[in-house]
Amino acid sequence: MGSITLKNVSKVFGEAKVIPSIDLEINDGEFVVFVGPSGCGKSTLLRLIAGLEDVSGGQILIDGKDVTQSAPAERGLAMVFQSYALYPHMSVRNNIAFPLKMAKLDKAVIDKKVTDAARVLNLTDYLERRPSQLSGGQRQRVAIGRAIVREPSAFLFDEPLSNLDAALRGTMRLEISDLHHQLKTTMVYVTHDQVEAMTMADKIVVLNRGNIEQVGSPLDLYKSPRNLFVAGFIGSPKMNFVDGAYAQSKNARTAGIRPEHLNLSKDSGLWTGTVKVAEHLGADTFLHLDVDGIGQITARCDGEFGAHYGDKVFLTPDEAKLHRFDDKGSALRA
Amino acid sequence: MATQNTKTLARLMMAPSVLLLLVWMIVPLAMTLWFSFQNYNLLNPGNVSFAGFFNYQYFYTDPAFFQSIWNTLVIVGGVLLITVVGGIAIALLLDQPIFGQGVVRILVISPFFVMPPVAALIWKNMIMHPGYGVLADIAKFFGLRPVDWFAQYPLFSIVIIVAWQWLPFATLILLTALQSLDGEQKEAAEMDGANFFNRFIYLVLPHLARAITVVILIQTIFLLGVYAEILVTTNGGPGYASTNLAFLIYRTALLGYDVGGASAGGIIAVVLANIVAFFLMRAVGKNLDR
Repeated sequence: MGSITLKNVSKVFGEAKVIPSIDLEINDGEFVVFVGPSGCGKSTLLRLIAGLEDVSGGQILIDGKDVTQSAPAERGLAMVFQSYALYPHMSVRNNIAFPLKMAKLDKAVIDKKVTDAARVLNLTDYLERRPSQLSGGQRQRVAIGRAIVREPSAFLFDEPLSNLDAALRGTMRLEISDLHHQLKTTMVYVTHDQVEAMTMADKIVVLNRGNIEQVGSPLDLYKSPRNLFVAGFIGSPKMNFVDGAYAQSKNARTAGIRPEHLNLSKDSGLWTGTVKVAEHLGADTFLHLDVDGIGQITARCDGEFGAHYGDKVFLTPDEAKLHRFDDKGSALRA
Repeated sequence: MATQNTKTLARLMMAPSVLLLLVWMIVPLAMTLWFSFQNYNLLNPGNVSFAGFFNYQYFYTDPAFFQSIWNTLVIVGGVLLITVVGGIAIALLLDQPIFGQGVVRILVISPFFVMPPVAALIWKNMIMHPGYGVLADIAKFFGLRPVDWFAQYPLFSIVIIVAWQWLPFATLILLTALQSLDGEQKEAAEMDGANFFNRFIYLVLPHLARAITVVILIQTIFLLGVYAEILVTTNGGPGYASTNLAFLIYRTALLGYDVGGASAGGIIAVVLANIVAFFLMRAVGKNLDR
């Protein structure tokens, strides 16, 4: 079991209201990702759930039990930190065994659990090494190993991949997703990287200035963002926002169109643009265009579409995939 | 500093200071060694002759010799014990966020700035004095007989005074080490269910190992030669109860005017220091290699 409920949770640091008030339901077995720009309160929210910070108001329930005043260890959660927070003077074996040793488990039981965890995480050959003798990815796995041996009701990840290089990040993303399918335990994952959020989550929680902007599955957020913030944050490259006459013709204050929903042509189209920068990624090309009467627009096209600096290109937005927003930035539904 | 060229240059540049240090060390050592084999008494300075090992035999058979070595080790051991344990405790307290942290830290460090004879005199006349010392006042307040510290517990009194002086040093080094402990590690241990005591044993103490080693090594160097505190308080007495090796050498040289005997004592002190250093490095030196 591992359902987490936040009721009216708020957090104040001195004068700063980091989290005004949040209600959130995390179901058992879900992979939930908190995503948002830096300083949006996502790490604070995770630390409130972990019990490393005291809440200023509201309630936290785990499996229906009020744990608002409980110490971190009593909540039955395990956390993987951004810096991994391995104990530098202990071997990998002792690092993984530490929470079991603190729980005063039998020596034989500890050995068995550590061996099992090491096998799952491919750490068997490294058990006698110190953390300083391991690579970044291996350290990450030790930190995860230390978390899984406790058999927690939920895992908390605080930006666990941000210290790894791009290739390793991709691998670890798969490994964590794989682990989630094996263990079927609730996971709460904090990141500022929307790619991690989109690829791993069952449910994404988009945070901005301590408020939840939207909760939903990755494709939900992609297809129907509730407001300008979510629309701009989810999706890469960013959605284009168009104001003025074009938006008014669609009965909206702002019109949003994703770079992949613009049809490009070399002969004719609704808008005319000049290529400022062309990023050739192979399969795709991202064109940063200066469009007459509209401004900066990013478009995504096929890698075969030959376009270079200074070229004239015609664009037509796919009307069916257009997003419309009102004066307050909220999405208008047709 | 990788190529042959830069290595040679670096050695050349370092040579003057290395040479200076070598001369600074080797000349006094050679002179002490030389005098230790001479009959040389300041009461009769014209009559200097070769003495063989007589000076060593004389110093060795001094009734205070073995007691002074024992006292030296007691002072070193006692002060190290008090300063390391007390230093860790105070450092842990100072690491907590408290009101007026900066002022409190400076106050804690301040005994280190007081010169040893002054500190010892203050302890002697204002704190431990059986007539008008603070400790005597406290004892009288509770209706107890004041303790005459320097008569009843001379060596222990010296240890307390020296420990008071070195406690700030240990605290300072250990506090800086404590502050470099990663906060996420502490939080991870907290999540793992370690209480304060377990966090201290498994996380804080191993982290402090190197700093504790530095404190022990540096303090030992200075504590082997404690002298001023003994001179102004007990003057080595009663009897030889608070005479350490450094003080015995001083007595031989400047009260007995026996330069030869004192030199032999000096060489013995050097040998003793090296024995202590050898065992110390074997015991705690590996903490420095990490």
